[in-house]
Amino acid sequence: MYNINCDVAVIGGGPAGLAAAIAAKKEGAEKVLIIERDESLGGILQQCIHPGFGLTRFNEELTGPEYYSRFTEEVSSLGVEVLLNSMVLEVNDSEKTVICVNKEYGMTKVVAKSIVLAMGCRERTRANIVTPGTRPAGIYTAGSAQRLINRQNIMVGKKIVILGSGDIGMIMARRMTLEGANVVMVVELMDYLAGLTRNKVQCLDDFNIPLKTSHTITKIVGDKRVEGVYVAPVDENKKPILEKEEFVACDTVLFSVGLIPENELSKNAEVEICPVTNGPVVNQYMQTSKEAIFACGNVVHVNDLVDNVSAESEQAGKYAARLAMGSFPEKEKEIAVKTGRNVRYTCPHKLIKSNENEKVNLYFRVLAPEKSVKLIARCGEEIISSKKEYRVNPGEMNNLCIETAKISGNEIVIEALKEE
Amino acid sequence: MEKEIICTVCPRGCHIKVVGDDKNVQSLEGYGCKRGVDYATAEFISPVRILTTTVKIDGNDADLLPVRSNKPLPKDKLFECMEIIRKTSVKLPIKQYDVVISNICDSGADIVASKSVL
Repeated sequence: MYNINCDVAVIGGGPAGLAAAIAAKKEGAEKVLIIERDESLGGILQQCIHPGFGLTRFNEELTGPEYYSRFTEEVSSLGVEVLLNSMVLEVNDSEKTVICVNKEYGMTKVVAKSIVLAMGCRERTRANIVTPGTRPAGIYTAGSAQRLINRQNIMVGKKIVILGSGDIGMIMARRMTLEGANVVMVVELMDYLAGLTRNKVQCLDDFNIPLKTSHTITKIVGDKRVEGVYVAPVDENKKPILEKEEFVACDTVLFSVGLIPENELSKNAEVEICPVTNGPVVNQYMQTSKEAIFACGNVVHVNDLVDNVSAESEQAGKYAARLAMGSFPEKEKEIAVKTGRNVRYTCPHKLIKSNENEKVNLYFRVLAPEKSVKLIARCGEEIISSKKEYRVNPGEMNNLCIETAKISGNEIVIEALKEE
Repeated sequence: MEKEIICTVCPRGCHIKVVGDDKNVQSLEGYGCKRGVDYATAEFISPVRILTTTVKIDGNDADLLPVRSNKPLPKDKLFECMEIIRKTSVKLPIKQYDVVISNICDSGADIVASKSVL
């Protein structure tokens, strides 16, 4: 088997992997290798031709290709090595190896001092949400339609219904309208928007595309090609009210119903997985339950902004490099991060109190939308970080900055309290 | 004329009620900050958007070049611009930010390459 030795091996060449590799190299790791299954770097951003990236990081509104090319340029100028067209089959923690398959080298064994998981996520499909009906042509996930239209020059349909008001769904509504399709409606099960408000304004409202919240598709109809869908309102338990079902004619249905972190490799490596995010449990160094395995980006938790992915991936890369070089912070104590009132999950899931005083950016999502909220991090009754928010929404990530020196006891609770 | 504008400057998403005519704003209600006033005023008088799409590459049916307007375009010209872009194709190599169509629809904006294809 062909052998490659490196200090830090990064699995995945999307925004997470690129930022991690760059940070690892800058931190001083000598040989950093990105392993990517696609024929080029950039990951999903290659098909995200719309603007809206980089507002936080670069203070500019960039398209996906502009955003990732800033990183790929740095990857090549810093001398990060890249193995394209290479599918990783196995990550082995005890041997610190990554086995991949590549057309040129065949089976390849990468031996690393530390490994960064940056495989991203994949879309939930019709099968995941079990939509009844026939199985004609014309049913796509929003992301695969996006790839076909934006990268492969294949238009997916003319008259379209989209299920799910996630960002990809709304962005595809605009994209297909601009390409001459008629987007009949966007159907959303919840009583609130799943994606960002600015996407509703610029992708739906701009083109008078109706958004039907508290509705769902009850059945897909059609023999060879989709002929239409039945759409019904749902009750408070999200059960369709079938008496109010209506037929909507269309030739294409797009599913934009959420993303699942892609963790087959992590699970095989016996990395501990968080049941809420479906991604690895990590500390502030983005280190998993296995010492030499780090993880970052959508493989850990599904982000709404790539800017956040880049920031947390830099942490992963930096500390993966420090582990490889033998200069990792000395652990004094492990602190559990617990979710309190109206908090669904946090990332990182635990904090390490080390010999260094660190400022940690702790990301989290709320369970339900709410107005006039105070976000707090507390140890017992003592509040160690807080911030007021006019409004919180499950679709928009929140964060608190925590100084590890201020932590007392063995746990921190993160809460979104209602302000009077 | 009265219009409700959802501000997209920050995630707060204020619903701002704007009253005015084609050229002037008479009153604004419901904004949370100065940036919201600027956004709603511009959005009321002449809404603009960045246009992003793809153009064909000569001699290559299976690949596309992502392009963008280098500045925001009047919202009501988006479809007119798309008509022109649809008929356009480029020759390789092309570098990021190379102009593909200059001054599209007399908007003052250029359509430029979002990435390099060599």
